[in-house]
Amino acid sequence: MFIISRYFIFRQVSNLISGLLLLFLAFSAQATDELSPKVQTRLAQNRDADMNFRLDKVVENPTVRTDSNSTADHTKFEELKNPFMSGPEVTKACLKCHTEAGQQFMKNIHWTWTYENKKTGQLLGKKHLVNTFCTNSRGNEGMCAQCHAGYGWKDETFDFSNENNIDCVVCHDRTGTYYKTPPTKGNKSCSVMFEGKQPIQWSKVAQNVGLPARENCGGCHFYGGGGDGVKHGDLDSSLIHPDKKLDVHMNEAGANFPCTQCHVTNKHVWTGSRYDVIAKDTEGTGKPGQRRDVATCESCHSTTPHPINSLANIKLNNHVDRVACQTCHIPTIARGGVATKVDWDWRTAGKTKNGEGYKEKNYTQGNGEHRATYKSIKGSFKYGENLVPHYGWFDGQMIYTTIDTKFDPSSGPVDINRFTGSANDENSRIWPFKQMHTFQPYDKGNNTLVYMHLWGDDKDAYWGNYDFGKAIKMGMEKNNLPYSGEYGFVETYSYWPITHMVAPKEDALACGECHAKEGRLKDLQGFYLPGRGGNYWLDIIGLLAIVATLFGVLGHGLIRFVFNKTRKQS
Amino acid sequence: MTLRSIMLFTRFERFWHWSQMILIMVLLFTGFGIHGFYTVLDFKTAVGLHTVSALVLLLLWIFAIFWHLTTGTWRHYVPTSNGLLKVAKFYAYGIFRGERHPYRKAYWRKHNPLQALSYLALKLFLFPAIWISGLLYLMYSLWGGALSGEALAWVAMFHTAVAFAILIFVIIHVYLLTTGHSFKEHVMPMINGFDEVDLSAEEEAYLEKDEPDHIR
Repeated sequence: MFIISRYFIFRQVSNLISGLLLLFLAFSAQATDELSPKVQTRLAQNRDADMNFRLDKVVENPTVRTDSNSTADHTKFEELKNPFMSGPEVTKACLKCHTEAGQQFMKNIHWTWTYENKKTGQLLGKKHLVNTFCTNSRGNEGMCAQCHAGYGWKDETFDFSNENNIDCVVCHDRTGTYYKTPPTKGNKSCSVMFEGKQPIQWSKVAQNVGLPARENCGGCHFYGGGGDGVKHGDLDSSLIHPDKKLDVHMNEAGANFPCTQCHVTNKHVWTGSRYDVIAKDTEGTGKPGQRRDVATCESCHSTTPHPINSLANIKLNNHVDRVACQTCHIPTIARGGVATKVDWDWRTAGKTKNGEGYKEKNYTQGNGEHRATYKSIKGSFKYGENLVPHYGWFDGQMIYTTIDTKFDPSSGPVDINRFTGSANDENSRIWPFKQMHTFQPYDKGNNTLVYMHLWGDDKDAYWGNYDFGKAIKMGMEKNNLPYSGEYGFVETYSYWPITHMVAPKEDALACGECHAKEGRLKDLQGFYLPGRGGNYWLDIIGLLAIVATLFGVLGHGLIRFVFNKTRKQS
Repeated sequence: MTLRSIMLFTRFERFWHWSQMILIMVLLFTGFGIHGFYTVLDFKTAVGLHTVSALVLLLLWIFAIFWHLTTGTWRHYVPTSNGLLKVAKFYAYGIFRGERHPYRKAYWRKHNPLQALSYLALKLFLFPAIWISGLLYLMYSLWGGALSGEALAWVAMFHTAVAFAILIFVIIHVYLLTTGHSFKEHVMPMINGFDEVDLSAEEEAYLEKDEPDHIR
C-alpha cells in the first residue's frame, strides 16, 4: 500500500511535470520561435535597424519568386540529403553538379571585392576603398566580410582560390532561415547583438535553393553603410515587400521583379555595377530577345520609352538623350518608411557614460522604428526620408579618392567619389544622386585618408577602446601604409547614383519641377533650360522696350486727348 | 473719284487676321510663361498650347502666303516712299492739331505707306524670324545633341527677342486703332469687310457691274 501510494504519487507528479514541460515547450515554441524569453528580451533590446540586420524581420516572411522556370527539384537530389554540418560542405555538394559555377563565381565582385577601372586605372572595390560611412572594410573583415559571399574571411589569410569557401546559399537560400553573422566576434559590446539565433539547418537550406529574390540580395545591399537604408537611399528593407507607389517594378502585388530581372546575369557576373555605370544607353532593347549585357532602363523600355501618341510624349522622348530616366521617374528617395543617412560626424564619436559606449535614438522613421542619432562607436548622424536627390551631369565615370590619394584639406570638402560629365558631353545625362556629407578621420601629416582598425577584441580596436589614435595607427600599420601619427577630421562628400524606387508614371516629376527659375535643376550649369534660363540683359532690355512702348502710346494718346479738348473749347 | 464703301477685306483675310490674332495672343501669353516671367499655367500645359498654336499658325501662314500670291493681294505691301514722310509727319504732330489723315485708301492700295512698310517688315522679318527660331527650338533634339549645351541658349534668346518685338508691334497696332474717328470705326472693316475707299469711275463701274455684293 505504501509502495503503491508512493508510486502513484510519483506518477502523478511526473505526469504533472512532463505535462507542464510540454505545455511550456509548446507555448514557448509558438510564442518565441524556440528562443528562450531571456534571449528574446536581450534581442529586443539590441534590435536595431543598424548592425544586427540579419536577425531582422526578413526571415519571417520571405518573398515569393513567381518567375522560376526551373526543371529541377533540389529536395530530390541525393547529394543534398547529407546531414551537412557547415557551409563549405554544402558548397562542395553544389559544385558536384554545378561544376563550373565555382570558377565562374570567383571572377565576380561579390567574391573578389575588387574592381579595376580600366579607364582610370583605379583599384576599387570594398577591399580597397574608403567610404564616408564606417570608412573601410579593409582590416575590419571580421565584421564587414559578413557581407562577403564566402565563408570565414577574417583577415589577410583568407584563401580566395578555394572554391569551397564560396557561400552559395546566402544568395540562393529560399527558406528565409539562412543568415550570416560577422566572421569574428569582435568586442563584447558588439558581439551581443548577434547572439541568440538558432543554428542554421544546413540540409533544409541546401535542399531549398532557388534563384535569388529581393531579400537575398537585400540581405547585404539594403544594409550597406552599416544599417537599413544607410548608404544608398534607394535601397532599403522596404523593398522586400514594396507596393506600387514605392517601386513600380518590384511591386509585390504586381510585377514583383526580383533584382536579377534587371541585373541580368551571365555566368555569375552581374550587370549594372555602380563602378562602371552606363549613364546613357543608346542601344535600347537591342535585337530581338532580351539583352544580357546591361541593366539599363532602355534595355527594356527602348530609347523612345514614351508612347508616341501626343506632342507631350514626343517632347518627353526628346529628353532621353539628355536626362536619365531616373531623374524624372524617381521623384524622391527613401520613400518606403526607412530613412537614409545624409550626414555622419565622426568627430563626436567616443563619448561614454560610466565608461561605457551608448546610443541615442532620437529619429523616428516612417515605419515607426527609432534610429540612432548618436553612437559612441560611430559619432552623430542625420537622416533623410522622401529626399529630393542631388542632380548632376554624369557620363558614368566615378573618380575616387582612394587610400593613396593626396588632397588639400584647406581647399574645401573632399569628394570621396566624384562623378564626371558635363552638358557639353553628349554621352552625359542629368542623373540623380544621393549626396552624403561626412566628417571623417584623415592623416593630418600626409593629407590622405586612413584605414581604421574598428573591429576586434584587441586593445587597438576603436569599437572597444574609443581611441582614434590607436585605431588609425593599427589600421595603417596592418596594411603597410605610411601614417604621420597625427590625425584630424576632414569634411567629405560622396555620391550614390540613384536608380531604384522607380515610381509609377503618374508620380513622375511634372515638367515644372525642373523647368522653373527655382526648380530642382537651378544649380546645374552649362546649358540652357527653358523656364529657368534666359539672358538677364535681354529680359531687362525687352521689358524696358515694352514699358517704353506702353508709355509712348499712352503719351501720344494723352497729347491727342488734351489737344482735342483745347481745340473743341476754342 | 468717289468715296464708296466697298468690300476691302474679304472673308479669308478677315478669318486669317482674327485667327492669327488669337494665336499670337496665346503664343505671347504661353511663351512668356514658358520663359519664366509667370507661372499662370503649368509648364506642360503652356508648352503644349504654345506648340499647338505655333503649328496651327504655321499652317495658317502657308494658306495666307498662297492666298497673297494667287490673289495678287501681295501688291498692297509693296513699299513706297511716296507719301511715307507725310504719314509719318501726321502721326508725329499733325494728328495733335486735328489734321486730316493725309492718305486716301485706294482699291489696290488699302494701306498707307507707313502701314504697308510696317506690315511688310512684320511679314518679311519678324514672322520668319520667330518661326525659324521657334522650329529650331522645337526640334532642338534633332540637331542639338552634338553641340554644346549652350547652343539652345542662342536660339532661345533670339526667339525671345523677336517675341518682345512682336509684342511691341501688337501694342502699337492696337493703339493706332484709336486714332481714327472712333475705335469701332477702325475695327469694323476687319469685321464686316467694308471700308471707305476712293474709287475711280472705272473701278466703281466694274464693282457695280461685276461684284455688286462688294459695293454699298
